[in-house]
Amino acid sequence: MLANLLSGDRPRSLILTGLLLAILAALALAPFLFPGVRSLETAARICIFIVLVASYDLLLGYSGIVSFAHTMFFGLGAYGVALASTHMGRGFDALIVGTIAGAVAAAILALLIGLFSLRVRAIFFAMITLAVASAVAVLVSQLSGLTGGEDGLNYSIPRELTPAFKLGKLFGISITGKILNYYLVFFASLALFLLLLRIVNSPFGRVLKAIRENDFRAEAIGYRVVLYRTLATCLSAAVAALAGSLFAIWLRYVGPATTLSFEIMLDILLMVVIGGMGTMYGAVIGVTIFVLAQNYLQNLMGVAAGATEGLPLIPQLLDPDRWLLWLGVLFILSVYFFPTGIVGRLRAED
Amino acid sequence: MAAAPDHAPKYAQLSLPDRIGKAMPLLLVPVLVVLGFLSIGSTSSWLTLTVSGLAMGMMIFIMASGLTLVFGLMDVINFGHGAFISVGAYVGISVLVALESWTGVPSLLLNVAAVLAAVVAAMCVTGALGWGFERVIVRPVYGAHLKQILVTVGGLIVIEQMIHVIWGPDEIYLTRPEMLKGAVTFAGAAIEKYRLLAVVFGLVLFVGMRLVLKRTKIGLIVRAGVQNGEMVEALGYRLRLVFIGVFVAGSALAGLGGVMWGLYQEVITAGMGEEMMILVFIVVIIGGLGSVEGAFIGALLVGLLQNYVAFLEPKLALISNIALMTAILMWRPQGMMPVVKAK
Repeated sequence: MLANLLSGDRPRSLILTGLLLAILAALALAPFLFPGVRSLETAARICIFIVLVASYDLLLGYSGIVSFAHTMFFGLGAYGVALASTHMGRGFDALIVGTIAGAVAAAILALLIGLFSLRVRAIFFAMITLAVASAVAVLVSQLSGLTGGEDGLNYSIPRELTPAFKLGKLFGISITGKILNYYLVFFASLALFLLLLRIVNSPFGRVLKAIRENDFRAEAIGYRVVLYRTLATCLSAAVAALAGSLFAIWLRYVGPATTLSFEIMLDILLMVVIGGMGTMYGAVIGVTIFVLAQNYLQNLMGVAAGATEGLPLIPQLLDPDRWLLWLGVLFILSVYFFPTGIVGRLRAED
Repeated sequence: MAAAPDHAPKYAQLSLPDRIGKAMPLLLVPVLVVLGFLSIGSTSSWLTLTVSGLAMGMMIFIMASGLTLVFGLMDVINFGHGAFISVGAYVGISVLVALESWTGVPSLLLNVAAVLAAVVAAMCVTGALGWGFERVIVRPVYGAHLKQILVTVGGLIVIEQMIHVIWGPDEIYLTRPEMLKGAVTFAGAAIEKYRLLAVVFGLVLFVGMRLVLKRTKIGLIVRAGVQNGEMVEALGYRLRLVFIGVFVAGSALAGLGGVMWGLYQEVITAGMGEEMMILVFIVVIIGGLGSVEGAFIGALLVGLLQNYVAFLEPKLALISNIALMTAILMWRPQGMMPVVKAK
């Protein structure tokens, strides 16, 4: 049963199993274990980014395709929900319509980009996706009549999912709509993650890995490489859009900076590589470390910067806003020395 | 002894359609200029827009030329190129700020000297940075595209953050030297002096680069290396050294482009390199990977189109580049003048 659920892809490392179980338990019980608005925000962010990063890993780690357009698909899903909720009024039907529309739009756009550029080599695709994604980000901030421009969109979601909705108390924690919303995010993310795990461990996933290792041979065996690459791109885009929809439902706000910016693309890249490319579990570990670092490393760095205040340059290097510098260094080091990321290391040791 | 064969070498003239086909990319720029004239209608606005489009194109070309050569030579694409643009801008502007006594007075000589000092400083710093970047970041990942992309993106992040560390997180506003401010009026059109200067400067650089590439031995080796690196190595040239030279020169040019762009915009941010890099990539793609001429034409097309569209339909200006790229790729999937075959 468990093996079925994980599609036969066990963690294959004791430490990794422990870490994954701890993360799962922490996320599942987050409202009760860590009461407070900020920690719930962090937990929801982790859930959503696990899906987003895992869907990116389907491209980068399993298919060897570098895309810089993943935030564009994420944003499409988010704006789908936002636009539907704005125009159809609050209600679950708006959420469903927006989610489906976003995912379909993302898949179609991915198909178009894929048809154009997946025939050529990795570098070309990377450059083209970067250009297209930046154009979409600009378009979204320019068409302020439709998308709210730089300010983004605020909208209402069904009352059952907002803090105003009270259900009663459980273990001393009052159950509000916010907690229901959290569990919607949590279970949807879990389901999507297991779906991705299923995909990469299916025959389809194995063909993707074969193409990643040697596309020439894969073609020679008789697999149509372009078709598989395009399918992987579409699937990954659709799942990213679903993650975007969850993000929109959770935040009740969508804007270019939170969904479309190049910074988020870089974050995704860092999370995949640090966690471990080519393993779905890498996404879980990478996201958890990254989001925790984002939220809590800054405090630590602030303390360190304060402690070294008298020295030249070092306080600036340790400034809380410079946390990305250190993750960037870690990123480069891990590409060189741990190309399989944390998960790969853990698996190799057992 | 048999007599020499009686066939003489013949030069078959290309048919007219073939010749036109080959020249098509070169014709695109004039065609676009004429189209711009027809759709804008007013001569003076058209002239202003054309000059600023050409100026923008020249600056993008300066940034793109090194990137495309590096790609052609060693099959390395440097996503960190944008960081050199930012660093160049910051170094150059710092020098200009330090030389305020030279830039603030209306003396052409002092002003030009200050700008030259800024340019030289920026090019030295970015050239050195490029050298270090090649040694530390790029060298271990030859031949592995995936790692190249990841590692150079990592380099981009680190350099950009270092800019924040050194120069602080805020954007820097600046004013151009006295003599480069203002505009000249020509045929009823106000043309900013700085833009004219940028056009002239870019043209000189393009001609100079062409001369180096076409007339010198080192240029010959570089061009041959772009066409077929293995053959050049087999002939005994150390392509790696050539590559390092081109990489450093390309980085220095990116720094130069950064200074020029900073003076053009009169504001610089650490993220400016990232934004420019997208334009640079578009130019490299539509020009054809590895082709300097292609990058030149591509840059002019991007600059002109963006300025025309910004005038006619402001909201679509930044999308126009993507439309241009899509159109060119539908017409020629390898770019306009491909040198390296994109597999």
